Amino acid sequence: MVVLDIDTLWRRRSKIRGGVHPEPRKEATADKPIVTAFPLPERLYLPLQQHLGQPAEPVVRVGEKVLKGQVLAESRGAVSASVHASTSGTVAGIAEYPAPHPSGLPTPTIVLEPDGEDRWIEGEGEVDPFGLSPEEICARVDRAGIVGMGGAAFPSAMKLNLGWKTRINTLIINGGECEPYLTCDDRLMRERAAEIVEGVRIMLHGLQCPTALIAIEDNKPEACAAMLDAAKRHGRIEVVPVPSLYPMGWEKNLVTHLTGKEVPAGGRPTDVGVLLHNVATAYAVQQAIRYGRPLIGRVVTVSGEAVESPRNVEAPLGTLLSELLAFCGHRPERTARYVMGGPMMGDHLPHVQVPLVKRTSGILALTPEEIQAADARPCIRCGRCVSACPVGLLPLEMMSRIRAGQLDAAVNFGLRDCIGCSSCSYVCPSRIPLVHYFKYASGELMARQQAQQKTEWTNRLAEEKRRRLEKAKQAAAQRKAQASVKEDAS
Amino acid sequence: MSKVDLPVAPFIRADHPVQAIMTQVILALVPATGFGLFLFGWPAFYLFSITVLSAVLFEAVCLKLAGKSASLFLWDGSALLTGWLLALSLPPWAPWWIGVTGAGLAIVVGKQVYGGIGQNLFNPAMLARVALLVSFPLEMTAWIKPAPLFSEHAPGLLEAWRITFGGSGAIDGLASATVIGHVKTELSQGRPLGDALASGQFGLAGAWLGWSPGSLGETPALLVAGGGVWLLRKRIITWHIPVSLLATVAVLASVFHLVDSARYLGPLWHLGSGGVMLAAFFIATDYVTSPGSPKGQLIFGTGCGLLIFVIRTFGGFPEGVGFAVLLMNALTPVIDYYVRPRIYGRDHKGRPLKLPESRE
Repeated sequence: MVVLDIDTLWRRRSKIRGGVHPEPRKEATADKPIVTAFPLPERLYLPLQQHLGQPAEPVVRVGEKVLKGQVLAESRGAVSASVHASTSGTVAGIAEYPAPHPSGLPTPTIVLEPDGEDRWIEGEGEVDPFGLSPEEICARVDRAGIVGMGGAAFPSAMKLNLGWKTRINTLIINGGECEPYLTCDDRLMRERAAEIVEGVRIMLHGLQCPTALIAIEDNKPEACAAMLDAAKRHGRIEVVPVPSLYPMGWEKNLVTHLTGKEVPAGGRPTDVGVLLHNVATAYAVQQAIRYGRPLIGRVVTVSGEAVESPRNVEAPLGTLLSELLAFCGHRPERTARYVMGGPMMGDHLPHVQVPLVKRTSGILALTPEEIQAADARPCIRCGRCVSACPVGLLPLEMMSRIRAGQLDAAVNFGLRDCIGCSSCSYVCPSRIPLVHYFKYASGELMARQQAQQKTEWTNRLAEEKRRRLEKAKQAAAQRKAQASVKEDAS
Repeated sequence: MSKVDLPVAPFIRADHPVQAIMTQVILALVPATGFGLFLFGWPAFYLFSITVLSAVLFEAVCLKLAGKSASLFLWDGSALLTGWLLALSLPPWAPWWIGVTGAGLAIVVGKQVYGGIGQNLFNPAMLARVALLVSFPLEMTAWIKPAPLFSEHAPGLLEAWRITFGGSGAIDGLASATVIGHVKTELSQGRPLGDALASGQFGLAGAWLGWSPGSLGETPALLVAGGGVWLLRKRIITWHIPVSLLATVAVLASVFHLVDSARYLGPLWHLGSGGVMLAAFFIATDYVTSPGSPKGQLIFGTGCGLLIFVIRTFGGFPEGVGFAVLLMNALTPVIDYYVRPRIYGRDHKGRPLKLPESRE
């Protein structure tokens, strides 16, 4: 552990605004070890897009035999991530398959039929990560297809690259896991602390950054202890318990709480010299750099009252969520709602015949009692949403503007600063789906903007065409005049 | 109506519906109400019942006319609470039609014409109270001395029925004035404050405990404050409005009292009498008609306190709580527009924060 300097102590006092205390509901899975003996499924479905940015480009043909860890699709464009074979087998198809998304719409997907041998592709063996250059670490993280595993799915290499280009003073490792139900990061920290800490050291090396802070909510004392133990020999890495408060894991909350700096609106933590990565990402980086293993599996929390034996499972990417649920004793007749991710910010899934992807931190099967569906009532202006908002917005005022169709007024009240954390909807005694209003309004504004651009573009084209025609007309008239002059002359 | 089951996050909710909030506010009013009913006897009981009952009936009729679901809205308890608060602010032996008219004004004019719960600009109970005071000044200032149930002067069930429903008025010898009203009258006749208080046989302890003439449920300042503190602890209300309101009244009263103690009542009198406590914890804190942001609530509370003191001390009416709250209600939309919390990453004017000039 590093010795605290006065400056850091002072900064620690910075206050977090708003927030809520939802029931953690983590006890169902927190004390059970990660299940690693998940049987290989019959088929794996690997979407070409499991990350923010552009989809990856397939580099295999249907019918081709592939080995575990082999690249199936390569990253394309500036923001993208490669997709690898989660096990050895045959490429059974490259087709449209339903994506783990609320719409349930199909997306290009590589279907892999495992051969059961689970044979790794030949690699260069174990590598000393600290003998590699920072650029090489970035390149290898990129090749391993690693993305932010907390849910954002932003390509990690991009972030590391951003890092050493813009100078980072502090790397924050987000082990907050403030979403109820989820314990995959908690378990990972308890069971694989040494690997995570090495991953953090590799990131520090890759970023050429002096210090890392590992933030863990204080409701996870075991994870905290394990990480402290693993980090104690490394002076540059400090484990910091943070208050259990939702959304503590919002990156800007962590930046402000740990460094006292506030990220300007519209900016990124890198603007104030801070970079954030999730603990599961740190683990994936360690596996990729030291052992050359790309991101082909992850730990996912399978929970909810409609699951008989909820637990954390380490499963290959592309496994159908239905199989994961069945493995844990799913009771479909008790399920009122499927959620991917946590219950506060996760996505509703219309069905679970969709694959496990890189950003899937949890799959929840919730009962009617858990979701407590109820009618929305009129706003009574109680102000609970105002006290809950971590950003300092007035959700009730924004909502009333949006209801009246005054989207610009809602923007004036800070619509664009909303982070969609759902704290306001969570506390609303009238059960108003506030965040839903804000997402609708943001989407509507985006659509308007696009329509506006389209109109301008069309107008410009029309104007250009008019000018072109006029020019041609003038030219024709001129030619005619010249011709007649010639005729006269002849 | 079917259960709205939007498949959007969050998928879990805090278990704290509107009805629970209303129920807790009503529970917090029970001690003061019980004391008031005991202190002013059966007529108070009749008036209280008819006011609350007619508030709920008016609400039901309005909901029916508007085609809204009675099961969804009537049982949210808001009409019950409005009727309850109005009843507490009435002279305890006022005739039945004061209660019914007041309930009609509160629910129909004060709330439903705006569109029902959450839409009204003014606090319905205070709107009704002020409208009644302006329209029926005699009935609305007919105070009586405490005549607790089963005591010597207390009217029986039948006699009480005649007082409330028969228009027989107060029994001779029980008619009285409130502390603030009495002091105002005496001062206007040139008598100094000390004499005024003595001639009215008022005591500070009586004012705080409630053993004094006044509205049905406003007199026991301590019991009202106790209920308010319980609401604070239950996080139904926040401290901003009660504290700023009470502090403003206390500070103003102290300053004026120090300057001229023969003319101005001290802070303990101001806080302990009339409707200040009820307003601070139960009326001004009405969610619908007060600002949403903490800073806005401080401004709102301070404004209420200031107006209460000014109206009480310099105005034509002995009590200023109703007017003060209504005036500040009217300012709430303005406060909410201009006074907002600072947004993360922005300065107080809403501009993005500047990046630190020199970064290592």
